[in-house]
Amino acid sequence: MMRREAVITRDLPLPLPTLDNEEFYAAARRGELRFQRCASCGRFRHYPRPLCPSCLSRDFTWERSTGRGTVFTWTIVRGPTLPAFEAALPYNVVDVVMEEGVHFVSQVVDCAPEDLHAGMPVEAVFVPASDEITLVKFRCVRSGDGLSR
Amino acid sequence: MTIRDRAAIVGIGQTPFAKHLGRSEYDMALEAILAACDDAGVSPRAIDGVVRYDMETTDEENLLAALGNPRLRSFACTAWGGGGAASTVVLAAQAIAAGMATTVLVYRSRARGKQSVYGRGRHLGGRYWERVEAELPGLNQWHVPHGLVSAFQEMAMIAMRHRIEYGTTDDHYGEVAVAFRGHAVRNPRAVMRTPMTLADHHASRLVSDPLRLLDCCIETDGAVALLVVAAERARDCRQPPAYVLAGAMAAGRHHIRLASFFETAREEDGAPRAARQLWEMAGVKPADVDVAFFYDFFTPLVIMGLEDYGFCGRGEGGPFVERGGLAWPHGRLVCNTNGGQLSEAFIHGVNKLNEAVRQIRGTSSSPVEGCELAFVAGANTDPTGAVLLRR
Repeated sequence: MMRREAVITRDLPLPLPTLDNEEFYAAARRGELRFQRCASCGRFRHYPRPLCPSCLSRDFTWERSTGRGTVFTWTIVRGPTLPAFEAALPYNVVDVVMEEGVHFVSQVVDCAPEDLHAGMPVEAVFVPASDEITLVKFRCVRSGDGLSR
Repeated sequence: MTIRDRAAIVGIGQTPFAKHLGRSEYDMALEAILAACDDAGVSPRAIDGVVRYDMETTDEENLLAALGNPRLRSFACTAWGGGGAASTVVLAAQAIAAGMATTVLVYRSRARGKQSVYGRGRHLGGRYWERVEAELPGLNQWHVPHGLVSAFQEMAMIAMRHRIEYGTTDDHYGEVAVAFRGHAVRNPRAVMRTPMTLADHHASRLVSDPLRLLDCCIETDGAVALLVVAAERARDCRQPPAYVLAGAMAAGRHHIRLASFFETAREEDGAPRAARQLWEMAGVKPADVDVAFFYDFFTPLVIMGLEDYGFCGRGEGGPFVERGGLAWPHGRLVCNTNGGQLSEAFIHGVNKLNEAVRQIRGTSSSPVEGCELAFVAGANTDPTGAVLLRR
């Protein structure tokens, strides 16, 4: 009989870049957060896609983000979760609304669960997870610590 | 052409519901299908149309092999899981109104209890999200690597935003869970029949803030089926028909695409657009509804569903459910009288269609007196749909 463990994903699941988003991951490897920006109407979008949902233009550039944003919504995961995340329980997951207006789901790496709140300013940090994938996480921007400017 | 009043649900069937039945999804599906046909007094061999979930393991080929039915001439799938729960009936009515079928089967079978794993293979137990790919090619690559791995956690993020904007509280979530448990206590088919209080809800452990264990539906085994026929044939059947007054579908955001979920204003998302189409086709308003069924895989979805479908204003869903607002018999709007997916069984939302039909027939274990109009919605944070059934 097959053991239960045999059907559970043990390793940290990582993104498999596609033709539509490999630029994002290439930038992240260089320590840059880049979003697609429509060359026609100027709007940013994320996740990556071949067409601007506002004006349907196929022309776009990969623009570097300021990396700054504020927490729009969040949760504290207390489990169950995948084995790869169990050692970190309880951990936060946040939806950050970036200065460019796009939403980005990630984690704040230096924030205790009780300190997390909507509207808190955060900025991107880069966490290598494999040769190919660098994950974009966030850290708190505290007034006076010089991190935000 | 419209589907308004063109079709009726004339048969409902189901298996027992339990946390573990030790049966295949195939076997359970067939038991429910035969029961629905028997209920209607219609031969399974008269079925000429099928609507199923795209993730259903009993597909048309399996179905035909078992039923020996050569007449199938219309078949369709709904996508997006529970978002398509009510859309099944919309598609059935569509096939009937277009003359593509006269007798359409709708069914859903799930062996999803912890020990069952969809009833296939030799796997033992586990949850669907525990078997995610190690390399993620899909849009879940934008959140799973950050530890947001299950639908419950995605819903927690959406619910937290609702709290931030509108001040929704733990009491509001608890009111939903307690009301539906109260219904399940009276429903002999329900899996969870121990009475629950608000204190019980608040004492259950936090799983993903702000949501607790008792905000989550149960995982169960079981199957349900419905038979939908052309309205003019409905009176020949064994049971009083539940006519499909109106139905609507609308594609919108999906909770799994959380990276883009908040891109669009709520009023432009699938459920609020389906709502506008539904009320327009039906020519009735939310206040005319006698009993409502929301997709309650998690309590906050019900609160948002009340808002999405216009039973209250945006942000007023929390206050709406206060003081037993959804509870039989005296709530503002009696909802999910089978106990819902929170307490009856999690048959992907299709079990609430059966209960809506029981309300129209007057055979519910929590019967709404003089029930003439029942509302049923799919999961409102997915591409979704809704139907209105009338006596």
